[in-house]
Amino acid sequence: VFCPQQEERRVRANDREYNEKFQYASNCIMTSKYNIVTFLPVNLFEQFQEVANTYFLFLLILQLIPQISSLSWFTTIVPLALVLSITAVKDATDDYFRHKSDNQVNNRQSQVLIRGSLQNEKWMNVRVGDIIKLENNQFVAADLLLLSSSEPHGLCYIETAELDGESNMKVRQSVSVTSALGDPNNLALFDGEVVCEPPNNKLDRFCGTLYWRDKKYTLTNQNMLLRGCVLRNTEACYGLVIFAGPDTKLMQNSGRTKFKRTSIDRLMNTLVLWIFGFLVCMGVILAVGNAVWEREVGSLFQSYLPWDPPVDNFLFSAFLSFWSYVIILNTVVPISLYVSVEVIRLGHSYFINWDQQMFCSQCNTPAEARTTTLNEELGQVEYIFSDKTGTLTQNIMSFNKCSINGKTYVKMYFQRLDFTPFNPLADPNFCFYDDTLLESVKVGDTHTHKFFRLLSLCHTVMSEEKSEGELFYKAQSPDEGALVTAARNFGFVFRSRTPGTITTTEMGRPVTYTLLAILDFNNIRKRMSVIVRNPEGRICLYCKGADTVLLERLHPCNQELMNITSDHLNEYAADGLRTLALAYRDLSEDEWEAWSESHRCADKAASCREDRLAAAYEQIEQDMMLLGATAIEDKLQEGVPETIAVLSLANIKIWVLTGDKQETAVNIGYSCKMLTDDMTEVFIISGHTVQSVRQELGSVCLSLNGTGGGGKQLQCPPPSPPPPPSNLMDNISGEFALVINGHSLAHALEADMETEFVSTACACKAVICCRVTPLQKAQVVELIKKHKKAVTLAIGDGANDVSMIKSAHIGVGISGQEGIQAVLASDYSFSQFRFLQRLLLVHGRWSYLRMCRFLCYFFYKNFAFTMVHFWFGFFCGFSAQTVYDQYFITLYNIVYTSLPVLAMGIFDQDVPDQRSLEYPKLYEPGQLNLLFNKREFFICIAQGIYTSVVLFFVPCAVLSNATQSTGVPLADYQTFAVTTATTLVIVVSVQIALDTGFWTVINHVFVWGSLGLYFTIMFALHSQTLFKIFPNQFHFVGSAQSTLLQPVVWLTIALATAICIVPVLAFRFLKVDLKPQLSDTVRKHTR
Amino acid sequence: MGKVKGKSGPLARRPDNSAFKQQRLPAWSPMLTATTVLPFFYLMALICMLLGVWLLLTVQSTQEIKLDYTEAGTCDMCFEKRKNVSNAAQICTCTVVFPIKKALKGDVFFYYGLQNFHQNLRRYMDSRDDAQMVGRKTNLKNPSSYCEPFMKDPNGLPIAPCGAVANSIFNDTFTLTYHGSSGPSIPVPLLRKGITWYTDKNVKYRNPKNDNMTLAQVFEGTARPLYWQKPVYELDLLDPTNNGFINDDLIIWMREAAFPNFKKLYGVLYRAKQPFTKGLPAGNYTINISYNFPVQYFRGRKEVVLTTLTWFGGQNHFLPIAYLVTSCLILLIAIILTVVWWKFGKNGKRLEE
Repeated sequence: VFCPQQEERRVRANDREYNEKFQYASNCIMTSKYNIVTFLPVNLFEQFQEVANTYFLFLLILQLIPQISSLSWFTTIVPLALVLSITAVKDATDDYFRHKSDNQVNNRQSQVLIRGSLQNEKWMNVRVGDIIKLENNQFVAADLLLLSSSEPHGLCYIETAELDGESNMKVRQSVSVTSALGDPNNLALFDGEVVCEPPNNKLDRFCGTLYWRDKKYTLTNQNMLLRGCVLRNTEACYGLVIFAGPDTKLMQNSGRTKFKRTSIDRLMNTLVLWIFGFLVCMGVILAVGNAVWEREVGSLFQSYLPWDPPVDNFLFSAFLSFWSYVIILNTVVPISLYVSVEVIRLGHSYFINWDQQMFCSQCNTPAEARTTTLNEELGQVEYIFSDKTGTLTQNIMSFNKCSINGKTYVKMYFQRLDFTPFNPLADPNFCFYDDTLLESVKVGDTHTHKFFRLLSLCHTVMSEEKSEGELFYKAQSPDEGALVTAARNFGFVFRSRTPGTITTTEMGRPVTYTLLAILDFNNIRKRMSVIVRNPEGRICLYCKGADTVLLERLHPCNQELMNITSDHLNEYAADGLRTLALAYRDLSEDEWEAWSESHRCADKAASCREDRLAAAYEQIEQDMMLLGATAIEDKLQEGVPETIAVLSLANIKIWVLTGDKQETAVNIGYSCKMLTDDMTEVFIISGHTVQSVRQELGSVCLSLNGTGGGGKQLQCPPPSPPPPPSNLMDNISGEFALVINGHSLAHALEADMETEFVSTACACKAVICCRVTPLQKAQVVELIKKHKKAVTLAIGDGANDVSMIKSAHIGVGISGQEGIQAVLASDYSFSQFRFLQRLLLVHGRWSYLRMCRFLCYFFYKNFAFTMVHFWFGFFCGFSAQTVYDQYFITLYNIVYTSLPVLAMGIFDQDVPDQRSLEYPKLYEPGQLNLLFNKREFFICIAQGIYTSVVLFFVPCAVLSNATQSTGVPLADYQTFAVTTATTLVIVVSVQIALDTGFWTVINHVFVWGSLGLYFTIMFALHSQTLFKIFPNQFHFVGSAQSTLLQPVVWLTIALATAICIVPVLAFRFLKVDLKPQLSDTVRKHTR
Repeated sequence: MGKVKGKSGPLARRPDNSAFKQQRLPAWSPMLTATTVLPFFYLMALICMLLGVWLLLTVQSTQEIKLDYTEAGTCDMCFEKRKNVSNAAQICTCTVVFPIKKALKGDVFFYYGLQNFHQNLRRYMDSRDDAQMVGRKTNLKNPSSYCEPFMKDPNGLPIAPCGAVANSIFNDTFTLTYHGSSGPSIPVPLLRKGITWYTDKNVKYRNPKNDNMTLAQVFEGTARPLYWQKPVYELDLLDPTNNGFINDDLIIWMREAAFPNFKKLYGVLYRAKQPFTKGLPAGNYTINISYNFPVQYFRGRKEVVLTTLTWFGGQNHFLPIAYLVTSCLILLIAIILTVVWWKFGKNGKRLEE
């Protein structure tokens, strides 16, 4: 049931009558689209929303009008039915599985509290307002408000892998008043009312209020258990159903992603429109011809063939003839085009999935083409936008260096530290090399202790202790895990946490801290803090965060330490490490009380809650004392520099968009060979204001031109009018790189500066954008899409890359450490950055090549096939008589000529895969769109028309005078039809043989098989048996035999084939000989 | 889509290492190189040349005599007469005299030809009922609606054979007479049977099954086509087995021509008796024509053709000439390609570029 736009949702616990008033959706989900009755009409309706299908339906209707019908209805209905039924079968199977999974899900059992007792109910019978009981490892049935749990403090743990792909456990807590309602009897009496936001798809946000016993309690996402989660480490819990079935956040998120189309698709649509235009022109020419003929000749022929009743003059006859010719000539755009394109793409997708060389054995992940419609665009990529962390790097963090109170501890010795004698709880996998740090811990240096205490307290990691001393940390980000593990090894072991406490073992002594507040991390704050009370009762705030934000909030007395630490931080960043600064602040009881009050207010605020909370956090994170800094190493993935080198040789521009700080980003740039010391200059733009950014861009532009010298110069600011984006600075000598900061980028992306930014950035060989937000990543991609008309590819691994992945032409997800959100949003996924070169240079290149060859040939063969009717029109009084047998017309595209071209479209290779990687320049034709464009299209059409001329006039000239060896003339219609059709099939088969560059067994089988099939089917259709059953349908009886036994016919076929093929062959030979493409040369050398 | 196999372990999801899945199927990758293309072109030119010459020589040995009789001889009278529809029923015969200077040796085939008669119009070609002509009783009395307006006669009787094709049958008849340099005139015997496709005569056209009934009885209740003088069962008065739908002239007419100018076989010289055992001797001939078929409505012409055959049919100059021309063009292209290859492309480009 669909409610009108809800303003808010009201749910009263244990009160079905009250809740039913609102007609909330039940918990029954239906992802299936059809049932047995509605399948046929609904599916057909959907299919006919495709323009192509509707067009063919229109043709079919035209064919049912006897005055127009120039072809039997089955010439259209057979292919149409074939296409429709294949799609319908696919839809039906998909839907069957959806039904099955729906049924399975809807029939899962859950325990519902009804009238004070727990009853087993199917999921689909759960209603909004019901209280249900969940047990450990059960799936959450609906979006629940957690009321109470078996664990202390109303805590429970959930795993959200199905929801957002993150596999770490998360903790949820009930509102304190309800957590006391332990047993079913109390819960049955619970009659609180929840007022909350209407259903939405925001997974990390929930806003509501619980009214119970005249009191208000604020509800947040922290109190919610969302459908799709699994309860873990919790014996049981009770929850109140807030959103059910289709209203749940899981279902609200399952919307379809935006449908992407390739540039070939768009070109194809344009061309198909042109062809329709061409079709109409042909129809008009022939209709005019018909008018003239009917007036001049047909009128004299009336006694032999009077006009059909509704026709009374030549104009009307011409009008009908127009439609008749539209029917006949429609095969220039056959229905099978779209199906074949899909089949080919599907084949290419399978090849990507099957590629062993894109299989990562460490993580047991094969590459996956999640979208099957974009493959050929992989061969045309010009810009790659890459995330850094987890994409270029492994996202496996190791605690590498640290600076404590102005002393830096770095790797100096090659002896790995052994922690076990010192600390039985140490993680044996942890590596650190500087034993002075361990010494410092052992002697009890206060700062060092504080430093590690901070690391052991200030985080959101969950621990799992399977047996005494066997600790497992589950961290939301690998950085945190690395830091907590470091603290653990240095004697500050985080053991467990509850919402109110954190238990650690400090130097072998168990300590429990009272957790007063967690000031959460987010992308704007870029820091997190905890406020804890130690067993002695002292309150302390521990904060860790990005140095830029943290160093601003220090107490002034830290100035000296800050300078030293900053130097260390810069040093670390220059080594490509990820840095964090640590600080603490001792709080007095009064300060804490005052702040905690203001925090409570902010927390309860109904409006702008988040802003007010942020302000409250800001208030307390002041005047902190600097402790030091950490540096975490994130190693480059295997093969990254090589991949980047190969891709830039292929003329693909790589932009790195990262949230890291500038120094880290630049350093990674160097280590992955994007930036090199040979570069003329690396420009850095880091202005904070519009003016300074403009100025910096201007100076970059000047120095670009300064070294460029001569020729076309880039227009420098003030640009009025702004330089056109096509202003490619191809005559700039030297290599440049551009590094731009997030805050500068925000200005550069503004409307008045973006063209300048694009032209400057595109003149540089490498571009690195650091400190960018997810939104900016998407904006940069959109900018290039808008100004460069180039194919873009975005690659990333984290949730922050999703927007970029979605907005680029092609999104690639790296399945790595950071959940699977990026993968879910992506079109292709694999687990190593280096597979990108194979995806683009091998699979993409082949896909593009194959698709282009396929399209060229496909248009050629259909023009050759169809245009014969046009020429025949001049001889048959423009009466829309077809040249071929109607069965030939029906089967030509779906049987006689489909398989060889499909085989070519799926299997063809011009050069072997190793060669495409060795010669990255081979990728260029795709970027320049050389293999299939309007020019190539016209060449194909011209070749098709030339072939049709030969196909018609050679048999016409030969047969009109020829006779069989028995004296019977060969100029009868059926002989002519069979001769032309056979010639056509042979000519297009020879042509596909010429086009095929890679003859596998399958190609041989298909090419020879299609020819064999043609003759077999023709003989069958012209057989006596069929004729005896349907004399009117199979009146070609005996034609095949009688025609193909004639030597003249074979001489005609040979002649026509030679005339069709020789010019093509000569032309191609000249092309290969005089203007060889790189692929030709490589191919020659490969042999 | 990665196929999950029953196996487990770190490589459980590794794709199969089959040549097909890894796109490493053994394959032949041909290339257009000078060593393959140029010899191929020369070979093609040679083959075409040989074929052309051979065909030309063969064609030279055939003879053909064409005679447009639309207004020739005494036929101009009949031509005028047929202009008027009201005279359609009147018989008109005329004679055309022509010489044969050089004897036609071997089998001689006699064709009639029509020009500007469109048997290939779509509605014309559709206007027939093959089910009726194959002898189906239901269709005999109830012909296909495609035959309109030649489906039923004004009295409502079904027409057999129905449709525009049958209705417009060519109904001139010819008798050829030989006037030797000495001796009396001898009528030239023509075989008027066995001149159709085998399948047409034996499969496609059948008379309705008649159990001890004459053809006339079988066709009772049907009308003859409007333009016909005789009913279908009286087409050949001399040979009762050549009547009804299996009449050779009807069958030949029903095989529609692809182009507006066409010829159809009328008969073959019967060579059993002198002086025709070796073909048609030189001398004067007359054709007596029963001039029935009007052509002036559609500005058509009528002709008779006498020809001898070779293994590949009648006189056909286009094919050998086309082969010769093609051969010359291929040769020309081949020479150009050779020159171009020799001068510019011989060394090819180096890979290092």
